[in-house]
Amino acid sequence: MRESAVHAEKCENLLEIQDLHVQYNTDDAVVHALNGFSLTVNRGQKIGLVGETGAGKTTCALSILRLLPDKVGQITSGSITYDGEDLLHAPTAYMLSLRGTKVSMIFQDPMTSLNPIITVGDQILEVLDLHYPDMSKEEKEKRVDEILSLVGIPPSRKNEFPHQFSGGMKQRIVIAMALIAEPELLLADEPTTALDVTIQAQILELMKELKSKFNTAVVLITHDLGVVAEFCDDVAVVYAGEVIESGSVEAVFAREKNHPYTEGLFNCLPDLSSTAPRLIPIPGFMADPTNLPEGCSFADRCPYCRSICRSEKPQMHVWGGHGIKCHLFGQKEVE
Amino acid sequence: MGVPLIETRGLKKYFKTSRGMLHAVEDINLKIQAGETLGVVGESGCGKSTLGRTILRLLPATAGEVLYNGENILTYKKHEMQKIHLNMQMIFQDPYSSLNPRMSIANIIAEPIKVCGTVTGRHAIEEKVEEIMDLCGLPKRYMNTYPHELDGGRRQRVGLARAMAVDPKFIVCDEPVSALDVSIQAQILNLLMDLQEQKGLSYMFITHDLCVVKHISSNIMVMYMGQVVEYASKEELFKNQLHPYTKALLSAIPTIDLSRRSRERHALTGEVTSPIEPAPGCRFAPRCPHASEKCREQSELREVSPGHYVSCVLCR
Amino acid sequence: MSKRNAKSTAPHERSAWGLILFRFQKNKLAMLGVVILAAMALVILLAPLYVSYDRVSALDVLNKFVTPCKEFPFGTDELGRDLFARVIYGGRISLFGGIATIVIAFSIGCIIGGAAGYFGGKVDTVLMRMIDMLMAIPSALLAMAIITALGNGIWKLIIALAISEIPRFARVVRASILTLRNQEYVEAAKCYGSSSLQIIMRHILPNGIGPIIVSATLMLGQTIISISSMGFLGLGVESPTPEWGTIISENKINIRYYPHLGLIPGACIMLAVMAVNFIGDGLRDAFDPRTKN
Repeated sequence: MRESAVHAEKCENLLEIQDLHVQYNTDDAVVHALNGFSLTVNRGQKIGLVGETGAGKTTCALSILRLLPDKVGQITSGSITYDGEDLLHAPTAYMLSLRGTKVSMIFQDPMTSLNPIITVGDQILEVLDLHYPDMSKEEKEKRVDEILSLVGIPPSRKNEFPHQFSGGMKQRIVIAMALIAEPELLLADEPTTALDVTIQAQILELMKELKSKFNTAVVLITHDLGVVAEFCDDVAVVYAGEVIESGSVEAVFAREKNHPYTEGLFNCLPDLSSTAPRLIPIPGFMADPTNLPEGCSFADRCPYCRSICRSEKPQMHVWGGHGIKCHLFGQKEVE
Repeated sequence: MGVPLIETRGLKKYFKTSRGMLHAVEDINLKIQAGETLGVVGESGCGKSTLGRTILRLLPATAGEVLYNGENILTYKKHEMQKIHLNMQMIFQDPYSSLNPRMSIANIIAEPIKVCGTVTGRHAIEEKVEEIMDLCGLPKRYMNTYPHELDGGRRQRVGLARAMAVDPKFIVCDEPVSALDVSIQAQILNLLMDLQEQKGLSYMFITHDLCVVKHISSNIMVMYMGQVVEYASKEELFKNQLHPYTKALLSAIPTIDLSRRSRERHALTGEVTSPIEPAPGCRFAPRCPHASEKCREQSELREVSPGHYVSCVLCR
Repeated sequence: MSKRNAKSTAPHERSAWGLILFRFQKNKLAMLGVVILAAMALVILLAPLYVSYDRVSALDVLNKFVTPCKEFPFGTDELGRDLFARVIYGGRISLFGGIATIVIAFSIGCIIGGAAGYFGGKVDTVLMRMIDMLMAIPSALLAMAIITALGNGIWKLIIALAISEIPRFARVVRASILTLRNQEYVEAAKCYGSSSLQIIMRHILPNGIGPIIVSATLMLGQTIISISSMGFLGLGVESPTPEWGTIISENKINIRYYPHLGLIPGACIMLAVMAVNFIGDGLRDAFDPRTKN
């Protein structure tokens, strides 16, 4: 069974990614960014995608929207199904209508995701113009005012330009833009990484509120396990282009049964409640995506590595919604 | 305790802007003993980096003193500056812009040795570079590589090696792990702690991350808009934080500890503004849930219990 | 990533300059540029060995408009002067005059722009306002004004042209230094006590030199043309002293019937400019260690 079961119970799946392989063809080499990436997102679910730099988190988000760089980025196999529609073979017109209305994306840097020479009000209006061409001007203005006050910005400031807002305020505007069309799915790529902790707390709180108001499903891409623990219901840990562990936040963060990589991440994280004098770093470096090993991609850094790990790719082993892709657990289950 | 290795007295740094004086660092008094680490925590724009750079004389101080072993280094003439360079160094946040892309790793590390002239002779310098690289966990084969060939963690090791090349006593670490992935961050933090143990180094560790600061510091100073709001030993600060800002900062940190998910939160509203021509009184007052008329009076850092200083009218 | 693996094959035990040289030599176009320029320089410098300077201005009206033949490899012009001798000796002024102009403008521009960018503040304001004043006058007009004041002569022409080109270099250098002086490695260099000169020479210039060199090479072509336009106006180089641009302008009425009179000196200008541009591109890449070894 090669399926990532985030939820054991059968819900209506909003987004289903199956065994996705994506590669970047650069001048030097072929970079295997995603290698059998599987993920299921249900309606209204808040799922966290955690991983380190280069794990393939952003590639995953770009693949969903078919926004991979032309010619360089290539989906070699697998499928992405959104609400029953096969996204990889959908016509461009369908993708255009999907982006912004049904699926929105928030990028990491609020400073560069806004156009500096257009007022914020007009930028939000533009989204409405694109997706609701029939809506009257007054109606649109009203919607803009509503969404601005919803994200905590006085509508009176809509005639100001992006540089007149602080970083946190800009991220609020970006969120307003992403949510004005009331999408079903929000892809948030490190939305709080560039912000201070107190502002991060505000933004996460805001996203929680908005999520419960619109019942938007959120895929939160982050490198910060703490953010996932605070914000998400479910978590998928990504390593070398694969989901190596997935499950509810409670199951994964209980730290009872984890993939060796997740365990390593927990150990090397300085946490407020830990008292350990030294951190335990994960030895070595992420597998070279141009030259992936035959077996488990974590084998080189894994303290529990055995011979089978070097020769065979592990399967996802699932217990009650908690899945781990590791030979260690397959063995135990058999025993 | 004897004379502290580093001490500042009434250190101030103002910048001229078109809208008036920006009070980036306001009246800072701190002491760092040999072998200790002072963690300086605060959000962006609180003046923590400016403080570090002012101590190292990378920026001229507006007023106050910086004492190294009891000697005011701010009055040093040009020919005495060498004493500063040999004893006080800095490591930087950005592993990409902190290394000269046109120089090989060996040259980057050898440069301070050559400039300061601590070791002379080509062969001796090469030996010293190898020794430092070994100390910082950099294999010899990287000597002739260039920064762009290394990843963030190794580059940060090179930055540290460059600072260690002149055998300093004190290093200002300006967010050295903020740009790194957690697994690499742990390696660098461990390395910093090992070096401290081996060489008896003192650090001033500037960061926005309270978890990291808790891990590495002996004392912690929390800054807000150029002022110190709370200053205490690590144990005291995490057990008994008094200033409303410190409390808010601590509760805002996302944690992997699920039991703390439902903790009491001191969520802050509003954002940091820049301290241009600030009014007297507590600069945190506009965001403070407990602010009152009293907060407009001159705020002062008071010792509430031995070694625990707080700048808040609520804590007498 | 693959680069990291490939580094074991990279040249070891080379100094920084050795590496730059190594990368430069690997660049075929740049080496072609060097060969062309060296050949041209050699031919021009060794001219007295095979053509007497007297032939440059020796009139021979009987043999005017001779097409290239054995006796006159490049033919003759309307006054019967040997074009071969004129082109060869003209190169001295065009090529070396052009290079000298660029070298002078480049050095002074680097110093002014460097000081303005690095020190900032009042130094920057004063220097850049002076540069702005120079830039406000069209460079041809400025050069003409200077040469009128100084009087005719090749060196005076070079100085006049150099002054009119300083502003562009100063601006390019200042801009690249402004972006580099706040880099953290510059701060690190201050930490271990590098002097301003050391910082500029070791950390700022090597990183900012690429675009400056490219603009210098691009300007050489323009300068060769400027020298000839000045000559055409009777400033700087005076007839009968040959110079590539002047040769073309002298013959411009007859080019229609005797195209070689324009094509040959034109080809010389083109070849020189092209060679220098190739070298410039090669240098820019060689200075950047990120280009593959």
